[in-house]
Amino acid sequence: MIKVESLTKTYGAFTAVDDVTFTALPGRVTGFLGPNGAGKSTSMRIMVGLTPASSGFAEVSGRRFADLPNPGLEVGVLLDASAQHAGRTGREILTVAQQTMGLPSSRVDEMLDLVSLSPTESGRRVRNYSLGMRQRLGIATALLGDPEVLILDEPANGLDPAGIRWMRDLLRGYADQGGTVLLSSHLLHEIEVIADDLVVIGQGKIVAQGTKAELLRSAGTLVRTPNVQELANALTASGVSFAPSHATGSADALRVDAEAELVGKVAHLAGVPLVELRAAEGAGLEEMFLELTADTQRDGAAA
Amino acid sequence: MTTIALEQETRRVPRPAPAPIPLSRIASVELRKSFNTRSGFWLLASVGIAAVIATGAVLLFAPNDQLTYDTFGAAIGIPLSIILPVVAILSVTSEWSQRSGLTTFTLVPHRSRIVLAKGIVAVGTGVVSMVSALAIGALGNIVGSAIAGVPTVWDDGPAFLADVVLFNVLGMLVGFMLGLLIRNSAGAIVAYFVYSFVLPTLAMLLADSQQWFRDLQPWVDVTYAQSALVNGTMTGEQWANLGVTHLIWLVIPLIVGVRLVLRSEVK
Ligand SMILES: Nc1ncnc2c1ncn2[C@@H]1O[C@H](COP(=O)(O)OP(=O)(O)OP(=O)(O)O)[C@@H](O)[C@H]1O
Ligand SMILES: [Mg+2]
Repeated sequence: MIKVESLTKTYGAFTAVDDVTFTALPGRVTGFLGPNGAGKSTSMRIMVGLTPASSGFAEVSGRRFADLPNPGLEVGVLLDASAQHAGRTGREILTVAQQTMGLPSSRVDEMLDLVSLSPTESGRRVRNYSLGMRQRLGIATALLGDPEVLILDEPANGLDPAGIRWMRDLLRGYADQGGTVLLSSHLLHEIEVIADDLVVIGQGKIVAQGTKAELLRSAGTLVRTPNVQELANALTASGVSFAPSHATGSADALRVDAEAELVGKVAHLAGVPLVELRAAEGAGLEEMFLELTADTQRDGAAA
Repeated sequence: MTTIALEQETRRVPRPAPAPIPLSRIASVELRKSFNTRSGFWLLASVGIAAVIATGAVLLFAPNDQLTYDTFGAAIGIPLSIILPVVAILSVTSEWSQRSGLTTFTLVPHRSRIVLAKGIVAVGTGVVSMVSALAIGALGNIVGSAIAGVPTVWDDGPAFLADVVLFNVLGMLVGFMLGLLIRNSAGAIVAYFVYSFVLPTLAMLLADSQQWFRDLQPWVDVTYAQSALVNGTMTGEQWANLGVTHLIWLVIPLIVGVRLVLRSEVK
């Protein structure tokens, strides 16, 4: 379990992480979602003690990270796969971690096998690794101690489609066995398929959190019409809230906070022709994500 | 949701809390890390290589009457006094310059333990390197005098050799300190050369022109105080000079450096 409580980090006058509170539960994959610069990596660095918090705290398995006697056996961490000594071979990097944790050396081969790095590849220096190979090595390092908790910052970064699929299954399996998985991403589709719970962050603040199902349910109804203005007026008149939607890639859609049936009725009574009417969940989390982060996002003007 | 989570939780076998990582293990991992990169390996190999080359050069070029152990020792000492501090610097700064600290400090979150382990490894490496280098010099002295047909002269006693080892270990600790303080490989190496070559020159110029500084120099000029170690037997006052200058130029900055490392952000 990971518990984050009122975590705040300021750099001078700038607040990178602003009063972030959430819990990642065992048996579940928690997706930590946010646009670039939202504060995901900073929060994760604080969780593992690499960055001191300005206020608030984070606990892993009920303890501060620094109080874990042998953290590698309890928490698998991957923050930046490129952060390795370029002159070390992949195998050496794993061996260093294996020895630090006090594990048998056979564990290194098991992990190399698991992440599909061949003996030739693991004998190569990391300088000559491709991005995906570095990522695999980083995942191997995180899994080495068979930890109960995984903290992974954009683990799918650089993996090929088969690799992404493999990692998804792996994390699913980890959670299903009772492990806690926290993974960050700014790519919604990636997290949508794997996460059970979501924590959405924008400009350091949490903008939404809950189970994926809950958040999807709250995404409402998507409606498309050539007469957007008329429909908007009708919806306003019937007291239903809505927002412009970009799920369809053009400006002719609205996301309405109401059941499809009600929206259909309103449109019918107003005589507005509809091109499309469906649960917004079909549009994926992207819609929700763009919207939730609209006022905190860089390209926020879009919404 | 909660019930499912609880059910699933039981599928993981509960494990006893792991034992803390002993310092000896951290130190042995740090030792491994100083060898297992190409640059680290060659840097340490260059200690042996430099000792052999220096010994060979003395054998080839020194006049017969200078084929004494002191000549070999001096020839070997100079390259080592540059290589060893760089070894110490890189052992610290690579965690930042190469960013491997992200892993190092998450596997061992108590950074002071990493610093201590690195310090132990640096001093150990320094002592072992110096003893090996002096042994190579001794071999050179025996071989050289035999070839030249002159008696083998052992003009450096154990006490002096211990001083020479100490001199080099202090140099390594200075490098180590600068590494902690600067946490950047290039920056720390430049700082080391300023510390041990530029500053002493300035101090020498100042001492030449200013009487007050000349009197003060043994108590403030760390390189001056160190040089006494390799220039013959140390007097009590010279030991005091060494202690005072190293307090100012090594211990205090080392404390500052460690504090910076403990507080800084690793990213
Ligand atoms: N040392 C620092 N000084 C000043 N600002 C910083 C510092 N470190 C991070 N920041 C700022 O904090 C914010 C959050 O950065 P962070 O790396 O956590 O974002 P992120 O959510 O991981 O983004 P991405 O998806 O791009 O990885 C950014 O605006 C970043 O510039
Ligand atoms: Mg990031």
